Amino acid sequence: MTDSQAVLTIAVTAAVTLLLRMLPFIILGEAKKTPPFIMWLGNVLPYAIMGMLSVYCLRGVSFASAVEYVPPSVSVLVVVLLHIWRRNTLISILGGTVCYMILVQAVF
Amino acid sequence: MAGYLVLGMGFGIILESKGYGVLWAFAMSLLIYAGSMQYLAVDLMTAGASLITTALTTLMVNARHLFYGISAAEKYRGAGKRKPYMIFALTDETYSLVCGGKSPSGVNETSYYFYISLFDHIYWVAGSVAGSVLGKVLPFSTEGVDFTLTALFVTIFTEQWMSTHDHTAAVIGVGSSVSCLIIFGADSFLIPSMIVISLLLTAVRFWKRRAS
Repeated sequence: MTDSQAVLTIAVTAAVTLLLRMLPFIILGEAKKTPPFIMWLGNVLPYAIMGMLSVYCLRGVSFASAVEYVPPSVSVLVVVLLHIWRRNTLISILGGTVCYMILVQAVF
Repeated sequence: MAGYLVLGMGFGIILESKGYGVLWAFAMSLLIYAGSMQYLAVDLMTAGASLITTALTTLMVNARHLFYGISAAEKYRGAGKRKPYMIFALTDETYSLVCGGKSPSGVNETSYYFYISLFDHIYWVAGSVAGSVLGKVLPFSTEGVDFTLTALFVTIFTEQWMSTHDHTAAVIGVGSSVSCLIIFGADSFLIPSMIVISLLLTAVRFWKRRAS
């Protein structure tokens, strides 16, 4: 990919992202009251979407061999346990990532 | 917020490893400002994806932002001149902070949301630039650093799980996604998942309202 193609890729990504962020505000408007159902959906969706995105990040994991699934499985477990233990976002993210890097580089 | 610094560094390191230096990291984080999508954009750039593929991928991966806007629309009402920037800067992390916490007492709500947006943005750009610079000089391999994104979502998921008693939505989210992943495959399960999640959540609300 040439630099100008890369610039276009970035421009398209930025434009579509901005459009998605603006759309609800344009449709719902400044004056109108948000319908209760939409309010409720906005409240419960994050819980479902974060679960979905976690699955999305792990979508490529194959269960064909331990080399494939052990590092992500163990690292996800480390993230969850670290978070339950310390409840500190930074520690959980760093701990899980370091664990994963060690596993894929040094162990498997 | 500190998560953004780490995640940004991960992004900078990955981008640098693909041959795009510090200016690219700075520009992408400043202008796109979407964590997971920027990681994916690096893939798209190195794979030489078409602009249509790029647009569709962005649409699918960032469609969740529609819902962020829906729930933030109420909170951002009357934000005035700051509103356009706040809408642009409504990322996963900012959204979770805006919806997760009450503003400290005595602090204007709009200002609170505005500064969350601004500082998240600064952390993100600074992290990306630092990661890009660091990626050049790190004495060890950075293979596996892209796990930061997975770690971020799992951390937020765990935090949300711990801070609420009703886990219906969380279970629906994971259950629907895993089912759709098995049925539709890794490349095209995101949109079916979002549809199934919306339908199931709507059904749950309907059922709960009837029960009460």
